[in-house]
Order: sequence, then C-alpha cells, then structure tokens
Amino acid sequence: MKNGPFRFYTQYHLVTLLGVKARNPRELLDKIKTVPLSSIYYHTHRFLQQHHYLSPEPPNDFAYWLTNILNMKELGELFASVDTAEFHSMEALRSRFVEILEDWLSENKYTVDCPPGQEFYFSACKTFILPMPYSARNLKEFAEILRQISINSLYFHIFEARLRLEKDENDFAAWFRLQGKDKLAEDMSRLDPYTITLEGLREKIINMVREHAGN
Amino acid sequence: MPGINDYAPIVGPSVISELYLLSQRLAGKTVQNINSTSVGGGVAEILTRMIPLLRELGIDAKWDVIKGNDKFFNITKKIHNALHGANVVLTSEDWDYFLGVNRGNAEEINFSGDIVFIHDPQPIALVERKEQVGGKWIWRGHVDFTNPLPPVMKFLESYINRYDSAVFSAPAFARDVRIPQVLISPSIDPLSDKNKELPQETVNEVLERLGIDRSRPIVTQISRFDRLKDPGGVVEVYKKVKKHVDCQLVLAGGGATDDPEGIKVLEEVKCSAIGDPDIHIIFLPPASDIEINALQRASTVVLQKSLKEGFGLTVSEALWKAKPVIASAVGGIPLQIKHKYSGILTYSIEGTAHYLKQLLQEPKYAQQLGLNGREHVKNNFLITRHIRDYLLLFLSLYHEGDVVYL
Repeated sequence: MKNGPFRFYTQYHLVTLLGVKARNPRELLDKIKTVPLSSIYYHTHRFLQQHHYLSPEPPNDFAYWLTNILNMKELGELFASVDTAEFHSMEALRSRFVEILEDWLSENKYTVDCPPGQEFYFSACKTFILPMPYSARNLKEFAEILRQISINSLYFHIFEARLRLEKDENDFAAWFRLQGKDKLAEDMSRLDPYTITLEGLREKIINMVREHAGN
Repeated sequence: MPGINDYAPIVGPSVISELYLLSQRLAGKTVQNINSTSVGGGVAEILTRMIPLLRELGIDAKWDVIKGNDKFFNITKKIHNALHGANVVLTSEDWDYFLGVNRGNAEEINFSGDIVFIHDPQPIALVERKEQVGGKWIWRGHVDFTNPLPPVMKFLESYINRYDSAVFSAPAFARDVRIPQVLISPSIDPLSDKNKELPQETVNEVLERLGIDRSRPIVTQISRFDRLKDPGGVVEVYKKVKKHVDCQLVLAGGGATDDPEGIKVLEEVKCSAIGDPDIHIIFLPPASDIEINALQRASTVVLQKSLKEGFGLTVSEALWKAKPVIASAVGGIPLQIKHKYSGILTYSIEGTAHYLKQLLQEPKYAQQLGLNGREHVKNNFLITRHIRDYLLLFLSLYHEGDVVYL
C-alpha cells in the first residue's frame, strides 16, 4: 500500500424503522441495550449529515429527546457530552450510554413519561459503500479531489471507516502515515470531527494537507 | 421538463454524479409504480417529476393508475380518515367492494416490473397477485399512521405483510409488521413550476389578478380544502391576530380527484370568512402551480396548521422560498422544522396566533428562520435526495446485511 494511491469511496444510509419506542429513561435504557448497533450508530451520527450546515453541531438524538421532550436537562447534557471521537467501537459507545442511564436511574427514583406522540422512535440504517472514480497519488492530488467529493464521501472516510467499521484511525490519517507523513497523520487523528461542520472539516483538512504537501 | 443535470447548480455536481454511480447498479431494472390518481395530491405530483428522472438515470420506471368509481373512492376516503384516527365505520360490504375493485384492476394491469411499487392504501390489495407475477414488491404509505383506527390498520397490515418492504414518511408511522420498514421523506422539485424562481412581474401579476394587496402583510396557507388541514382553525388564528396587527389571509388550494369532501369544506370556510374583505379564499384548479408559487413568494408568513399530516410538503415548498413558516407539530412536519431555528412548531390555535403576531412584528427574526429553513430543505427535501433514497431502497431488495459493498 505504501506509495499506493488513495482510493476514494462514498457511502449512503437507507434509514430503517425498528418499530420500537421508549417513553421514559427506563424504557430508553432497555431499548438501547437491545437494538442493533446500527441503531446506536444512526442516532449518534444522523445529525452530522442531515444538519451538516449547523454550527455548533447539535447533539445526538438521545440527548435531544431527553433535553427537549422529557425536559431532563442534566441527563440530556450527560448524553450530549459523551465524546464520540474517543470511542473505537459502537459496542463501547452503547456501553457508555447504558452506564450513564443505569447510574442516573440508581440515583433518581422518579421518572416521567413523554407526552403521547413524542416517544423516542428507534431507527437504524443500512449502509451502502461504493468506490468513486477518484484516486490520489500524492498530497496535491489528494487536496484537489477532496475539494470535489461529496459530503458523503468525506463522511465515509472520517466517521464510518473508524467507528462503524472499527478501524484504528480514520482512512485519511492511515494513508498519510503510509506516505511517510507522520506529523500530518498525527494532526489528522487528533482532529475532533464531531464539533465542526462537515464543510468546515473539509476546509480544515485541505489546509492541513496543503501545508504538508510542500514539505 | 428539466433533466437530471439541471439540478447540479442547485445541489452540486457531486450529488448528481453519485446518483449515476448508484443507478448503474440497477441498470435495466424495471420499476412499476401504481397509485390511484394521476393528478392532484402529493403522490401524483412526485411521480410526475420522478419518473422521467429515474428513466434518465437508466431505470426503466413506469407508472400505472388504478381505476375506481365514486363508491370506491368514498370507501378509500373512509379508510384514509380512519388511518388518521377518525372513528368511521367500514362495513364488510365496504371491504368486499374495495377488494373487488382491486381485483378487477389486477386483472387489467400488465404487471411487468422487476420491482412493483404500490403507493397508498387504495391499490394495496394488488399484492394478492405477487405470487403469480413474481418480482419484488414495495408498499409505501404516504399518510399519517400515528394513531390509526385498529381494525382498519389490522386489515391493511394483513396486506402489508405480503410485501417485501414498506416505506413510511416519519419514524412514528412505523408499524408492528414482519417485513423491513424504511423511512423515506418525500421531496419537492426546485425546478418545477411550483418551486422555480419567478420574476417579480409574475408574482405581481398573480397577486393583482387575485385581488391581494401587496402593500400589507400576507399570511398564507396553501393546502387542499380538507378538514385535516384545519382551514377553519386558520381563520380563527387570523381573526385573533388581526385585532392587533393589520394583515390579510390567503387560504388557497385545490382538490384531488379522489377527495369528494373538498367542496363541502370549501363552502364551510367561505361562510366563516363572510364580511371580511381581507380574507381571500381561493379554489385553485389543477395546473395552478405558478399561482401557488407566486402566492408563497408574496407571503409574509406561511402557515400549515394541519391536524394530521402525511408529510406536509407545503412546508418544504415555503421554506425553499426562504419564507418563515409556522406549522403544527404533526406527521412529518417536525422533520422539516427545527423549532425556533428553521421555523416555528405549534400545537394550538392560540399558540399559532401568538407566534404569528411575533413573526409579523419581528421581520428580521422571521427572515432568519426562513433562510435556515431553505438550507435545511436544500440538504434533505429536494427531489435528488428522494431519488437517491429510492435507488437505495431498490438496491436493498437485492442485498442483505447492515453494510453493503457495491
């Protein structure tokens, strides 16, 4: 792979409905424990693509529901502040949500139901991955292609590859390392892509790559 | 009719090239759409735009319409109302007639699709022919399924379970069925007569023709004259606001050929508006898209005070024109509006009146809501996203698993 070109891929989600819902934190806990991992993934990443122009980045669906529907600000904040970038598998992320809810429920005996019709409806997604007709042989080409590709392609290499396909680091960082650009790879790995819009992320990576392209 | 590449300046060339990438995986597949009306209503509107674009992408897309008489459509209207929770009674004779019309149509239709895509409850029982004609079958429910009447839903579910996949417009519509359920929002076409950019002269000409004063604020609801769109509630909202802020109300819409109640509701609304020359109730004939477009563009605030809503595409239409929208939090509307960010979500006549006064008196805030709304529609509710979701849906029929490498 060293000196091999970087092949760009893209991905799309088809959203599936599980027909499972929760009315309160206890039911949320029960369902989070049992839904497929693609559901945890969907509810923690949906906002990134559907609201990718929003900055600051909105919370995950669980945090939004707890805060805005159940009016449980503290619990909602605990969910919103889970640092998704630190997790390397969806199972680990699921465990963290379970831990938060179990801790909270052990200390808070009261629980409330949401108004009828505003339940948390669990969805999941089926992901389709396709190769794009683009490949980069060097950093200069990489930056040029990065400007043209869709948000979905950027999303795939940064989020999908690392967290859902459980690779150690995002695809870009891995390729930079193979090119002997360790500093760029480190910088790329250190980026927290969850707190920036996707267009902002695109610009940032292009600038980083251009800085290193001349070295 | 615009071609697929005409959308590139709006959504970006990468979105279009990726549609081609996906459609190549379905090259040569025939997709046969079947619904109950060729004009009027959201489903016919979407199919009219979508079929030529799918064909351009290499999918052999077709569209057939089932035939039915007044009796059939009165029964399907009852089914429609029952799905929205109305306490209507469907007799066994009604169901027998409904099935008879479906079976009669099944005899006449030439089923030729690799994928047969049935829209809404009216033709749902065509699936009885699935074993005989083969292929993959999809059923899409376009209406609000949040709180359906149980016996009616049970009857429909016995048919839904015979399909390969079901599609709904909002997460709350998901049913307890054995087949995969998919969430696909409908969409608007930014290049259609209803949504394309209009010259100011055209907007002025339409408003003048309809007798609406452009110098004062205009509050508009565009929708069919249907109780579930709550036109009476809209008039009440207007009357509450008018006490404090000068404005005009425009209630404009047409009727679909499968909706016999429309005229009755129109007359009721006209009665409630007697004596106020600032209330404009306009029954639009089919092919009034330019008029609708002009009315939305001339509006100061757009309302969609529906009691139930399959999706509520008029919300996306208004947001696409960067209009501030106040809409009920029902059906698919919360997917289109993030409260106080890309519009206002309300739950009552009083709440709608409160926010309407606010938006009429705070034009800068109203403008920002509209601009945010347009961006949200651009990313999520244009026809290009809808085509992409349909391509993925078709592909999902041939590929198992959560992650598919194509």
